[in-house]
Amino acid sequence: MTKFEAGQELAPKTFTINRKLLIAYASASGDQNPIHQDETFAKSVGLPDVIAHGMLTMALAGKYLSDIAGSQSVIEFSAKFIKPVVVPAETDVSLIVSGKVTEVSNGTAKIELLAMCNDIKVLGMAKGLIKL
Amino acid sequence: MLNPDLVGRTFTSADSVTVTKEAIQKFAEVIGENNIEVAPPTFAISITLEQSQALLQDSGLDWTRVVHGDQRFELKRPIVAGDVFHCSSTIESARNVAGNEIVSVRSDLNSGSELVVSTWSTLVVRA
Repeated sequence: MTKFEAGQELAPKTFTINRKLLIAYASASGDQNPIHQDETFAKSVGLPDVIAHGMLTMALAGKYLSDIAGSQSVIEFSAKFIKPVVVPAETDVSLIVSGKVTEVSNGTAKIELLAMCNDIKVLGMAKGLIKL
Repeated sequence: MLNPDLVGRTFTSADSVTVTKEAIQKFAEVIGENNIEVAPPTFAISITLEQSQALLQDSGLDWTRVVHGDQRFELKRPIVAGDVFHCSSTIESARNVAGNEIVSVRSDLNSGSELVVSTWSTLVVRA
């Protein structure tokens, strides 16, 4: 079992987001909002292009937590969606997630997550609590 | 604008939702998760979102103008295939900031009397 210590930096992981993934996530999650699939619609409501579901970005950050501790160990998880992940047609967008252990106590570890896209922080205050 | 009378009210789904292995697998596949013994940490949103959507649409808000502001999950235990949930959602607050409606919705997934997952969503309805 992995040992966690406060202050420990966790290795970054890169996830690829593209239009195909947005369609797959829309189907899996039931969120068929056209801003995540239809470029014309997205632009008509003032967005620069199709944007990823915030919850897809969070799901990928959740996968990062699962890789650290196992899905069954995640007991709290929260994030703010501070910047949209813009996904142009036929483009792979890289989401880089990294983490830092901020506290270990009472059989749990707090992990602060950083999620970056094109050098822009897309999740704010992203943190998970895992059961050790 | 959201009817202020709805704030604080809890809406419980009439129908239960049964979590299938297929639903977990479909969600897991998108994020590259191979372990489907338990659902991924954010899987609950695929159940609670529909409820929040219905709630807001019934309240007269335009879902296509909704942007997700933030999200929180508390998991008492992981969701597994075979779980049967009733979802209850409460509009905890609604306020208007610079013409944008900011609505906070809490949704609980209950299996019988057992609270399994709580989710909190802040939704911003853009002016």
